Amino acid sequence: MLNLKKDLVVIGGGPAGLAAAKKAYDEGIEDVMILERDFELGGILPQCIHNGFGLHYFKEELTGPEYAQRFINDVKERNIEIKLDTMVLDVTKDRKVYAMNKKEGFLEIEAGAVVLAMGCRERTAGAIGIPGTRPAGVITAGTAQRYTNIEGFVPGDEVVILGSGDIGLIMARRMKLEGADVKAVCELLPYTGGLTRNVVQCLEDYDIPLMLNHTVTAIKGEGRLEAVEISEVDENLKPIPETAKTIKADTLLLSVGLIPENELSKKADVVLDDRTGGPIVNEGRETNIEGIFACGNVLHVHDLVDWVTEESQIAGAHAAKYIKDSFARTNKCVEVKAGENVSYVIPQKIELEAGDRKRIPLYMRVSTPLTAVDINLYADGEKLYSFSEPFAKPGEMISVPLAQKTLDGLDNPNEIKVEIIEKEGK
Amino acid sequence: MSKKYDVIIIGAGISGCAVAWKLARYNLDILLLEKEADVATGTTKANTAIMHAGYNADPDKLKGRLNVKGNEEIREVSKKLNIPYKEIGSLVVGLEGDDLSVIDELYQKGLKNKVKNMEIVDRDWLFEHEPNISRDAVKALWAPTAGVITPWEAALAMAQNAVANGAEVKLETAVEDVLTESGKVVGVKTNQGNFAADYVVNAAGLYADEIAKMVGIEKINITPRKGEYYIYDHAKDFAVNHVVFPIPTPISKGIVVTPTVENNLLIGPTSENVESKTDLATTRAGLNEVYKGAKKLYPELDLRDTIRVFAGLRAADDTEDFVIEAAENIKGFVNVAGIQSPGLASSTAIAGYTADILRDEGLTLSEKKDYIETREEPVRFYEMSNKERAKMVDQNKDYGQIICRCETVSYKEILDAINSPVGARTVNAVKRRTRAGAGRCQAGFCGPRVVDILAQELGIDPTEVKQEEGDSQILEYKIKQLLGSKVMDNA
Repeated sequence: MLNLKKDLVVIGGGPAGLAAAKKAYDEGIEDVMILERDFELGGILPQCIHNGFGLHYFKEELTGPEYAQRFINDVKERNIEIKLDTMVLDVTKDRKVYAMNKKEGFLEIEAGAVVLAMGCRERTAGAIGIPGTRPAGVITAGTAQRYTNIEGFVPGDEVVILGSGDIGLIMARRMKLEGADVKAVCELLPYTGGLTRNVVQCLEDYDIPLMLNHTVTAIKGEGRLEAVEISEVDENLKPIPETAKTIKADTLLLSVGLIPENELSKKADVVLDDRTGGPIVNEGRETNIEGIFACGNVLHVHDLVDWVTEESQIAGAHAAKYIKDSFARTNKCVEVKAGENVSYVIPQKIELEAGDRKRIPLYMRVSTPLTAVDINLYADGEKLYSFSEPFAKPGEMISVPLAQKTLDGLDNPNEIKVEIIEKEGK
Repeated sequence: MSKKYDVIIIGAGISGCAVAWKLARYNLDILLLEKEADVATGTTKANTAIMHAGYNADPDKLKGRLNVKGNEEIREVSKKLNIPYKEIGSLVVGLEGDDLSVIDELYQKGLKNKVKNMEIVDRDWLFEHEPNISRDAVKALWAPTAGVITPWEAALAMAQNAVANGAEVKLETAVEDVLTESGKVVGVKTNQGNFAADYVVNAAGLYADEIAKMVGIEKINITPRKGEYYIYDHAKDFAVNHVVFPIPTPISKGIVVTPTVENNLLIGPTSENVESKTDLATTRAGLNEVYKGAKKLYPELDLRDTIRVFAGLRAADDTEDFVIEAAENIKGFVNVAGIQSPGLASSTAIAGYTADILRDEGLTLSEKKDYIETREEPVRFYEMSNKERAKMVDQNKDYGQIICRCETVSYKEILDAINSPVGARTVNAVKRRTRAGAGRCQAGFCGPRVVDILAQELGIDPTEVKQEEGDSQILEYKIKQLLGSKVMDNA
């Protein structure tokens, strides 16, 4: 067993891990190690060969691999230590990281601070319990994307997609471009789960039917998938039997949600939020366990990588402060609560005494699509201020700044609450 | 037909594998035939995975006689063959409003079948030992000798031990006819040619009646009886400590709630006769029934963290008993049919009983001098401590690369699964042997890696790698192939 000591260990070399490592380095922590289980850095970005990345952060349109490469270059320039093909097996609450790879064998790393950046995984057919058989050809959209864009194989040529998450929309277009017949994208809800631009650019531009209020009610086929049965659902999302129809297909791609990968976090006793599936964090993205931070999709599922970068820089900067001992949390916090129509807000709490910050971005999602909304912030029931937006969709994260001076003006507040409501008489 | 075998066994499910294992200790040439690409792909791969204690079955039936014997034998067999087995005990729980007299009847039946150490326990005992059980629980029959086992691993272990002792296993070999001459078995005709033998054992599971008909036996009639299940991730934070049954109905033991050996929670099965022997489809109604049934015993159970739904088919004979007997009309043909629950729990006893029949039919059973009793324990990284893992990686760096992150399965384990006797040829065969893909992401991450390793080790193209049986290829085309481009040649 190899024993190592590092100021900062970042678990995961995707966009979150890369940005956090880079930021911590730039804040003066040079002894940084990234542990990545895949054979290359970049996380899921290398397989996202479509464009649309970086519009917010770089103010230009990049592909996934290009976006990743910029951060990979940054990290390499800084001599940040990178271990590829390295699987982390355990993290303890006193920040010991146990990992393994083929070259060095078993590693025990004592870390000054840990950034959790393991990303998320896709919800599967089994998890949503679609009835029917278990043939080949039923895979998640992300796995299909990996097969197509990394491995060089196309899963099949008659495709139905369940779920209108972004990866599902992207893969609808990708399969079409490969010459497959993409028969339909079915979405259980009355609205799509992905970004509007993906609905337009991936479905509408290619005449791929989007069937809202529809779901797959049976999987058919013994060896390979032969057909799927789809049905319309009622307002309680229950399938209406009379509407069932069978579509011939050899491939069913699932884009039915992403789940933060927190199995390691749990081993370190990190407390998770039921709503996000990720850790409960303060504004520095520090979890309940001191010196363990979390950012990116392991914390909550993001729609744009640009937000992952921003959030991970916050985590990296705070990890650096923690290591340098220039920031110690007091645990005197104000809770941030999700009010009407808000499914969650990150961070879940804010340290009241925290030095030199100017504003704290609050990340949130609405629970249902709304138009002409007011985003209202309250402190202990009293309205602080509000913003207006033309619309709000569950698939698109909203970032609302909370100014430090607003916080300073409050006398030991217990709770900040955010609500998003449609304007009266709109 | 060059070589002549002493015994050909048709079907490599738990029964066929157990018979092969039992017979391989004797000076016999044995051939085990399986139509699918792996052992244990029928009823053996989709059931409740329980070693029943033996109080359910009628003492006058074969089921009643063989279950307790099989249950007793598995303790030693599981150690020798390194089959994952946990003797966690079972409970038949009576709730308020149930016919509680059934519990006493089962207890009496258990005594007749010589089930050891049973007790009737009260609600206080239940609340202490099964804390999540319904508050309506009144009392239960506790049978501490019941356990949970990995059924496909049991079948594989027996097949591998049989091979170590000289038996042959041929996969993807479907029997098309049983060959006879003047009232006596002489071999079988398969899609891979003919094989000669003096004795043929019919352990064809759901298809045992069809095989029996090949020699003119009409009395066996197998009805596929479907059972549907949900399985949960082992990370689910919900304690169930025993195999927990409701009060049984005349046709079924009801919806069971049980941990598996690997600590996944399993709920099911339904019990419904179906038309087709290939109808392995779960249904909305069936799954709802499973959930409802499980909720009766565990009201706080939810469906969060379920990772898979599946259905299995019981091979139920009209007699509702095991049919293990020599054919009357044809010499050298033995049926091992109608092996439904408690078939898994009875498997070693079924094998012993079958060996006795074969001996009575004239087969000489003399034990080999160099008979190998044990199977080497496969490395199971997921159940090791970090210290043990570190030691393994020091010995072989291929253990250092984790392929399946959910279940912590290393590259070396997958290589071993493919290259050991009765090796894995399909993605599901790798999954059964190593648990790669059996976790919460259901092969989302490791699937492409496993396909790649299988292709490399078997020397085939990734587009030829199958998930399980038939045309179950996972990847149909190379990139750009659908567009008729030549780019794919470079892919």
